[in-house]
Amino acid sequence: MDKTINQKAWFLVLPVFLVVAFSAVLPLMTVVNYSMQDTFGNNQFFWNGVGWFKELLDPTTDLGGRFLASLWRNLFFSAVILAIEVPLGIVVALSMPRQGFSVAVCLVILALPLLIPWNVVGTIWQIFGRPDIGLMGYVLNSLGLNYNYVSNDLDAWATVIVMDVWHWTSLVALLCYAGLKSIPDAYYQAAQIDGASRWAVFKAIQLPKMNRVLLIAVLLRFMDSFMIYTEPFVVTGGGPGNSTTFVSIELVKIALGQFDLGKAAALSLVYNLIIIIVCWIFYTVMTNAGVQRRVVVDKKGVK
Amino acid sequence: MENIAWMAWTLPTAIFFVLLAMTLAVMTLLAIYYPEAERVGVLRIPTTRGDRLFLSLIMTAAIHLLWIGLVGTDTIATLPIGEEGFEISSLWLATVISLVSAVVIFRNV
Repeated sequence: MDKTINQKAWFLVLPVFLVVAFSAVLPLMTVVNYSMQDTFGNNQFFWNGVGWFKELLDPTTDLGGRFLASLWRNLFFSAVILAIEVPLGIVVALSMPRQGFSVAVCLVILALPLLIPWNVVGTIWQIFGRPDIGLMGYVLNSLGLNYNYVSNDLDAWATVIVMDVWHWTSLVALLCYAGLKSIPDAYYQAAQIDGASRWAVFKAIQLPKMNRVLLIAVLLRFMDSFMIYTEPFVVTGGGPGNSTTFVSIELVKIALGQFDLGKAAALSLVYNLIIIIVCWIFYTVMTNAGVQRRVVVDKKGVK
Repeated sequence: MENIAWMAWTLPTAIFFVLLAMTLAVMTLLAIYYPEAERVGVLRIPTTRGDRLFLSLIMTAAIHLLWIGLVGTDTIATLPIGEEGFEISSLWLATVISLVSAVVIFRNV
């Protein structure tokens, strides 16, 4: 069959290309330029070579110490919230009703936290946790717990983690629920005939079928928690001390607080590289997990 | 030049971006005249030429950062150019390693 090939349609992409060039490519090139120089404002720049990167990757310097500390803190935070949100989201999705009026009620209630803007979530928990007027803070202190997220590291961490779990577990739950809904009834009937236990059904049917959505959920939650800024900034301001200062908070402090554009540019490039690498790994694993399964199915078909 | 002063261009970064743009242009032309074919390499994932270029670039960035962090950028040689000589940083060794890794990636991944 002859098909007319017309490449002129590519010109329709031109506006997007221009917008991306001005909004992303040129600023990114500027960041690369900044990362090699030092400035005191007024568009005067001084060549510094890879000096900022050297400082950034050396834990004995102020910049390196702050960057690496916030990086480990951020990775630990991501690990903790993933370890809580993913299993919790699965449990929530499994215990949701599968038909009837209550499905809509559940979906709306689950979707509510997702609709609240980040800074509002931060403000809610900032007030909620206050020992003097906040409901949670007041109750905890009345129960004899010395809870104060402003002065205690552990309390600040607990508040930020619980806040993130409250805000984003719904997303994992909704994604898992979508995955569960797509499993045909025949699988469950087969399991019932085989006399499979609840755990066996979960392990052999539900978990493998949720594989893809779970990977999406993990990717989304990892990226989001790795870039988290607003919520901990509003609640703890990165404190007490530096205990909840994550990478993006450190970055903003350096770029806008100290106006060290060179240092901030170097930091953001390394930060960006980490995110690109993690994204690529997740994306590759996600797209290839399905492909390999298809190959296996094909082989079985041939037999 | 006044208008792009905020972008703070320097000769080295300009050369870097020109080389990057030329690489992309060459790869685009190659893709037009010799269309890309997927193949499965040592990573057991299907990759095209573009994927391998992406991997090489990411590897290059990682190798340079690791070199700066772990080895440093001491001078390894001074070329007799100009009055004070032209110092060569050990970071160029990372560049050589990156080029070798790019070749390995293009052949094996």
